[in-house]
Amino acid sequence: MSWLLRRLFGRLPIGWLQLTHNRTRFAAALAGVAFANVLVFVQLGIMNSMGAATLRPYDFFVADVMISASDANALSEGGNVARQWLLQAMADPDVADGTGLFIANVPWDRAARDISLTTFGIDPAKPGFLSPAITGEVNLLQVQDAAILDRLARGLAKDEAAAIRPQSPLSFETQGRTLTAYATFAGGGGFGGDGYMMVSDQTFLSLFPARSSGAPDHILLALRPGADAVQVIARLKTLISDSSLRIRSYADAAQEDLRYQQTRRPTGIIFGFGVLIGVLVGLVIVYQVLSTDVADHLREYATFKAMGYGPRFFLGIVLEEALVLAIMGFLPGLVVGTAILTLMGAITTLPLVMTPSMAITVFLGTIVFSALSGAIATRRLAAADPADLF
Amino acid sequence: MENPNIIEVAGLNHWFGSGDVRKQALFDVNLSLPRGSFTVLMGPSGSGKTTVLTLIGCLRAVQDGSVRLLGQELNGADEAALVALRRRLGFIFQAHNLHESLTAVQNVIMGLQVHPGVPEDVAEQAAAHALGLVGLSDRIRYLPANLSGGQKQRVAVARALVGNPAMVLADEPTAALDKDSAGEVVDLLKRMGRARGTTTLLVTHDNRILDRADRILTLEDGRIVKIEDRAPH
Repeated sequence: MSWLLRRLFGRLPIGWLQLTHNRTRFAAALAGVAFANVLVFVQLGIMNSMGAATLRPYDFFVADVMISASDANALSEGGNVARQWLLQAMADPDVADGTGLFIANVPWDRAARDISLTTFGIDPAKPGFLSPAITGEVNLLQVQDAAILDRLARGLAKDEAAAIRPQSPLSFETQGRTLTAYATFAGGGGFGGDGYMMVSDQTFLSLFPARSSGAPDHILLALRPGADAVQVIARLKTLISDSSLRIRSYADAAQEDLRYQQTRRPTGIIFGFGVLIGVLVGLVIVYQVLSTDVADHLREYATFKAMGYGPRFFLGIVLEEALVLAIMGFLPGLVVGTAILTLMGAITTLPLVMTPSMAITVFLGTIVFSALSGAIATRRLAAADPADLF
Repeated sequence: MENPNIIEVAGLNHWFGSGDVRKQALFDVNLSLPRGSFTVLMGPSGSGKTTVLTLIGCLRAVQDGSVRLLGQELNGADEAALVALRRRLGFIFQAHNLHESLTAVQNVIMGLQVHPGVPEDVAEQAAAHALGLVGLSDRIRYLPANLSGGQKQRVAVARALVGNPAMVLADEPTAALDKDSAGEVVDLLKRMGRARGTTTLLVTHDNRILDRADRILTLEDGRIVKIEDRAPH
């Protein structure tokens, strides 16, 4: 390391030598930086998982345009949309097909713990609106009270989920009815439920008798190949007389949902603050380490000043220390952060993973904030007056 | 023709503090030091020795009077000029001020690294050579904590001289040393300075080393009260 830094800076790696001179303090400083990194990784991981969990149900469906109620900020929030607008939309020449999507949570009383499944009611006759991973099983939903279960749902044992097949279905009671799961798909727990379930719209209406077939939660539209979604949406907005409805591309709906979760929902704001606090903790730790180090070496720095070394030299030493702390503190932070996220992901089934972009972002952030701390710490160097040495 | 004096001080006055607590520390100090000379500046505590040293060493701004170092006027010189001049000086402090994290040879390298463009291997060789000259060739990889007081001060001498400074300013370099070590350090300083043509100004209370000086300046209450020239030893 010393050799590498010597080549890098073209001078004695004084920062490195200073830091490693007191190994116990160096280890404590690295532990501090690693701790701040773990804090940021965990908060960022949770925040990202919220994003991934928000977008995950959108992946179950394939659509170009989505029509929702004015208050439908999220997929499972807001009022209903009158089915008549689906028929109205079909009048546009570029709209090839459309379907209603029903959404509600159903409780499932399990022996170990009770879970809640976000249930989608779909028209099994329109498999084109389902992702290819689910389309193959959609015919099973033609059977009354049939379901396709999320095999990654919290509270559903892996072996139990793996045993679910048309030949060995799993029956369970919910909402006063007996549902039978004939197949599974890969979903996972989210923040609004423990997992997902697909049923036909007819089964959905049996589960929720108060709901009307004429009022799904959203309307999904598929456009003809080559159609310009922006133009179609503009036309639909004039075609559909209820101006309060939100008519947007399916991708935009997903992104709006994500933004809503991250910036308007308390959980998103809390996780965002968590990241900020992690960054601030890291900033304070690195500042404290560097500032103490500068204070401890004021006499040596004053000697160097007397010898003719300029401010850039001292800034270089402190930034060298900041860089060493950032890089060497990041690595254990990455390992521990990955382990914690993996463990939390396994327990919660949330998509808690260490992504390369997350690791790179935190690494660059650590370097930038460490350098910033170092730059602030150099202010203490002003106290190193070489005239005081005599 | 080159000025025979490396330093010329004329009518130098200096004050500390401001307002009611302003106190004059130096009064009309005049002195000159010939190149290559070994001068001792002595006087009681509070007489202004250190103030003279810091002014000549470009560590304080000259307030009144003239200080010409290496032909350059320090009164009114900007910080960059003072820093550039300091690079041509060698400093030795009472408390050696070696960097605790650096080995002896690394501390000496710091005396050379201040001059841009000195290749690393050349700096290392020169530092090791300088440590050899002060009798520490077997201690070059030692940290200061593992050296005796005399050895540390010898490292400081090597650090001050390795860059071939025009002038060495030493402040009580023997104060913390026993008689033998003090004599060794001063002899070393004088011998190496003479060999390199370096002018030395040494501030001390230590009467044990007066017989080694070419010139002795005595300062009392901020005034030079005695200049004693001696035959070079």
